[in-house]
Amino acid sequence: MKAFAEGAVFIARRLAQALLVMLAILVIAFAVRTSLGDPLREIMGQAVPESERAQLRHELGLDAPWPVQLARYLGRAATGDLGTSIIYKRPTVAVVLAKFPASFELVLGASLIVLLLSVPGGVYSAVRPRGLGAKLILSVSVLGISVPVFLTGIFLITVFSVWLGWLPAFGRGETLDLGVWQTGLLTLDGLKHLILPAVTLSSIMLPLFIRLVRGAMLDELGHDYVRTAHAKGASPPRVWIVHALRNALLPLVAVGGLQVGTLIAYTLLTETVFQWPGMGFLFLEAVTRSDIPLITTYLVLVGLLFVITNTIVDLLSLMLDPRISLEGTR
Amino acid sequence: MSAGASQTGTNVLAGFAAARPGAVFAALLLGLVALACLFAPLIAPQDPFDLSSFDLLDAELPPVWQEGSDARFLLGTDAQGRDLFSAILYGTRISLLVGMLAVLIQAAIGVPSGLLAGYFGGRVDSLVTRAADIQLSLSTLMMAIIVMALFRAGLGGEALNRFAVPLLVLVIGLAEWPVFARTARASTLVEAAKDYVRAGRAVGSSDLAIVRRHILPNILSPLVVVATTQVAGAIMAEAALSFLGLGMPVTKPSLGTLIRSGYDLMFAGAWWVTVLPGLVLIGVLISVNVLGDALRDWLDPRRRVR
Repeated sequence: MKAFAEGAVFIARRLAQALLVMLAILVIAFAVRTSLGDPLREIMGQAVPESERAQLRHELGLDAPWPVQLARYLGRAATGDLGTSIIYKRPTVAVVLAKFPASFELVLGASLIVLLLSVPGGVYSAVRPRGLGAKLILSVSVLGISVPVFLTGIFLITVFSVWLGWLPAFGRGETLDLGVWQTGLLTLDGLKHLILPAVTLSSIMLPLFIRLVRGAMLDELGHDYVRTAHAKGASPPRVWIVHALRNALLPLVAVGGLQVGTLIAYTLLTETVFQWPGMGFLFLEAVTRSDIPLITTYLVLVGLLFVITNTIVDLLSLMLDPRISLEGTR
Repeated sequence: MSAGASQTGTNVLAGFAAARPGAVFAALLLGLVALACLFAPLIAPQDPFDLSSFDLLDAELPPVWQEGSDARFLLGTDAQGRDLFSAILYGTRISLLVGMLAVLIQAAIGVPSGLLAGYFGGRVDSLVTRAADIQLSLSTLMMAIIVMALFRAGLGGEALNRFAVPLLVLVIGLAEWPVFARTARASTLVEAAKDYVRAGRAVGSSDLAIVRRHILPNILSPLVVVATTQVAGAIMAEAALSFLGLGMPVTKPSLGTLIRSGYDLMFAGAWWVTVLPGLVLIGVLISVNVLGDALRDWLDPRRRVR
C-alpha cells in the first residue's frame, strides 16, 4: 500500500513536471510569434492603409501590454487554438494534425524494421562476439552511422526506383480515409510507397539499437544468474532469450525514449527526400514561406509529443524495473 | 606483433600503422582531402562562387568518362553550368571548416566546464551535470534545425545567406558541448584522486595551475578521441541542415547544398551533381569514423592489454 502511494506521488510529480515544460515551450512559442510574426498580415495581407491597421490592431488587442497578450495566448492555447495559418487560411492546429498520420505511419514502419532486426542482430553479435557474423554486423553498422540519412534515401531511390523501377520514389500513394485518419497502410499502393522511406529512416536508428542490444546483452551475460541457468542445464537459446534478453531490454526502453528528438529530426530529413506529406515536410514549407503561426504551432505540437513520450518512457521503466527506486518522491 | 610497453618514438606510429591498415588508409585519404581543400584556389579550374564565370550553355554536362562531356569539366557541371570539380573542392572546404570550428567551440565550452566539475565537485559539479543532461535530452539536430529555421523565417533568406557560416558554427558548436564536458569530467575525477595532484597541492600550487598544467595534459587522449567523432557528427549536421535548405546558400554551396541542388536534376538523368558530392561526403565521414575508432582502441589502456 505504501509503495502504491509512493508510485502515485511519483506519477503526479512527473505529470506536473511535464505541464511545466509545456508551459515553457508555449512561452517560447509566444515570444517567437510576437517578435517574428505580424498577426495583421495573417488576416488582411500587406496592402491595407495604416489607419485601418491601427484600428484592427486595437480591436484584436495587439496594442495591449505583452503580459496581457501572453495570458490571452495561453488561454487560447488551452482550448486548442494556436492561430491561423497564412498559407492555408485555416487553424494551424488542424493543418498540422492533418499531417500527423503520414508521419506516424512512417515512424511506425521504421520502428518495426528496427525492432525486428536489432534484437536478433544484437543478441547474435553478443553471444558469438568473435564470429564472422558479429564482425559483419558491426562493420555494416559503422557504415550505417557514417552515411547521412538523406544520402541513404537518395541511393535507395536511384537503385530501386530509377534503375530497377520496382518501387515508387515520392509521396504516400493511394490512401484510405477512415474519418479522422488517412491511412496508407491498408492499400497495396500505400504500402509500396512506404517501403523505401521506412527503410531509409530505419537505417540510421538500426546501428545504434544493434549496438545498444549487444552492449546490454554482453552486460547481462556476465552475470551470475546466467552461469547458474547454464549450470542447471537450460538450453543456451533459452538462457539467452528467456533470461538474459528480458533483462537486457530494460535499459533499451529508457535509451530508446531519449531518441525521440533525434527521431523527429531524421523523420524530417526522410520526409524531405521522399516528399512524404508529413509534419516535417509541412514545417519546411512553412519555413520557406515564413508562415510564423504554422511554424510555432509545429514547434508546440512536436514539444508536446516529446513531453508525452518522455513521460510514458519514465512511467514504463518504473513499471518494468522493480529496482528503480522512487527517490525524490519524499 | 607485440603491441606493448616497448613502443617509443617512431615505433609507436609504426605499430599503430601495422596493426590498423584501415586507419592508415583513412588518415591518408583525409590528409589528401584536407590538402586539396587548403589549396583549392590553386587547384580549382574555376571560382565556383563567382556567378559571372559560368555559362548556362555549359549546364548539366556529364563527367569526362561519359558520352557528351566536355574536357574542360572533369566531373561535369551543374544546372547553372558550374564546374562540379571546383564546386566540390570549395564545398568540402566549407564542410570541413564548419565541422572543425564547431568542434572547437564545443571543446572550448565543454572541456573547461568538465575539468572544473570533476576537480571541484559539489555544487559546480551538479550545476554542470544538470545543464549537460538538459542540453543532451534535446536532440542536437532537432535544436539546430529549429534555430536555423527561426533565423531563416525571421531574417529572410538574404540575411541568412550572409551569416550562414558563423551561424552554423555557433548552432552546431553550442548544441554538443556536453559530450566534451562529460568526458573531461569523468577523466578529471580519476586524475584528481592521484598522488601527483596531492603533491602539487602540498607544494602550494594553485587549483588553477594544477588543473591547467597537470590534469589537462593527462586527460588529453580521451578528449582527442571524442573530438574526432564529434568532427564527423558536426560535418554530418552541417550537411543535413544544408540539404534541408537551412544551411549554406546555393551561391556558396557546401557538400550538403550541392547534394540538394543536384537532387532535382537526378530524375532528369544528371545523377552526377548529387552522387559525386555525396560520395565525397560519405568518404570523409567514414574515414573520420574509422580513424576515431582506431584511435580509441589504441589509446584506451584497457583495450590494449588484449
